[in-house]
Amino acid sequence: MTDYNFAYLDEATKRMLRRAILKAVAIPGYQVPFSSREMPMPYGWGTGGVQVTAACLVPEDTLKVIDQGADDTTNAVSIRNFFARVARVTTTEATAEASVIQTRHRIPERPLTDGQILVFQVPIPEPLRFLEPRETETRTMHALEDYGLMQVRLYEDIARHGEIARAYAYPVRVEGRYIMDPSPIPKFDNPKLDRSPALHLFGAGREGRIYALPPHTRVESLDFEDYPFTASKAAGQRCAICGAEDSYLDEVITDDAGGRMFVCSDTDYCATRVAAQAEDAA
Amino acid sequence: MQLTQGFADPAIDAARVFRIVLDAMSHPGRIVALPGIDAPAPCSPAAASVLLTLVDGTTPLHLAGAHDCDAMRDWVRFHLGAPLVGPQGAAFALGTWPALGPLSAYPQGSAEYPDRSATLIVDGAELRREGARLTGPGIAHEAFLTLPDVAALQANAAQFPRGLDILFTSGTQLAALPRSTRIGGA
Ligand SMILES: [Zn+2]
Repeated sequence: MTDYNFAYLDEATKRMLRRAILKAVAIPGYQVPFSSREMPMPYGWGTGGVQVTAACLVPEDTLKVIDQGADDTTNAVSIRNFFARVARVTTTEATAEASVIQTRHRIPERPLTDGQILVFQVPIPEPLRFLEPRETETRTMHALEDYGLMQVRLYEDIARHGEIARAYAYPVRVEGRYIMDPSPIPKFDNPKLDRSPALHLFGAGREGRIYALPPHTRVESLDFEDYPFTASKAAGQRCAICGAEDSYLDEVITDDAGGRMFVCSDTDYCATRVAAQAEDAA
Repeated sequence: MQLTQGFADPAIDAARVFRIVLDAMSHPGRIVALPGIDAPAPCSPAAASVLLTLVDGTTPLHLAGAHDCDAMRDWVRFHLGAPLVGPQGAAFALGTWPALGPLSAYPQGSAEYPDRSATLIVDGAELRREGARLTGPGIAHEAFLTLPDVAALQANAAQFPRGLDILFTSGTQLAALPRSTRIGGA
């Protein structure tokens, strides 16, 4: 016997979460309500994603946890250690070795594969919330597929800024039906969602919502014929550590004199490239 | 009263069964294998595993036809504690395809809450990767699965996002057909 529940949550709670996850997979992009539970970690980090991960894990899993692309932040390390203890899973920093990846605000650069599950931490699940604060109204808009207001707002952005002024949480349309918030990932990551062979699960703890993108699901970033979506990042920049030009870069301050450099946000991607370069040089 | 075993290690076994069911639901038409759980006839081991993993006192269950027998009712009372109800109040239903009756008898979910619909466990019919052509979310190109009534299931899919999600079980096998799957001809 053990002195804790497997994966921390009691069986009734996991059944409730598992039923919600299956409904979410059956209705891609639709937000399924669930009764959120307290988890032993800082609110704001992630009780939604952590609950989804807890409901999914089996002891045979290999778990990776990233916070803004990095495996080594305090939060990522503590969540990884938590699940190693309560679900007896193996942990890894290597994207290729992980069966379940819990993430906050990034999608790994390395393409995901069939059988992998990516669990997102979601702060605000409702993509229409900035247009309409009332839940009953946004629910009706989704029910009626009444997304005109969203289109108008995005077009106003273009009129004002010459582009859709959203670098993060850029809304997507799922299989031509639901508009969905992909969580605050950079829009650079949006194209990775389209027809990915992996299963994507999204958990919002405070609002109690779970939604999903099954593998091979069509995911289009909202745009207009005359203003097509671009997954742009800073042009001409490359990673100061590994030289990558194709990855999402973070700007880091290097000294008190205001020195700056750009490095890969995905620490595993960067380290894997550096290791490969060392091997080539040897 | 003789009651068959439930899961040997409930938390771990339920976690493993859920992951297999999640894999099936994420890949409509994919035939997966579940651990063999003894349940009273005519309930298949696969259907029993699904019930033990997903159904409890908060999810009304409809037993249809031969699955609505004394032994099964006792098993449900002992292992699940789910209230037994008619089709119109069911969150889950278990039976053969003919016994489950018309799909319209079950909760279909609303436009605002399409998740408030029933999940049917269609038990007993052999599963083969042939027959109806399936496309849509979870399917890279196409999948094929033997379906009992293509027209009725096409009508279910046409209601998307409302509609029923279906788990076909036979022996220790399971395949899923969520409402999102588009169904071509056989
Ligand atoms: Zn790099």
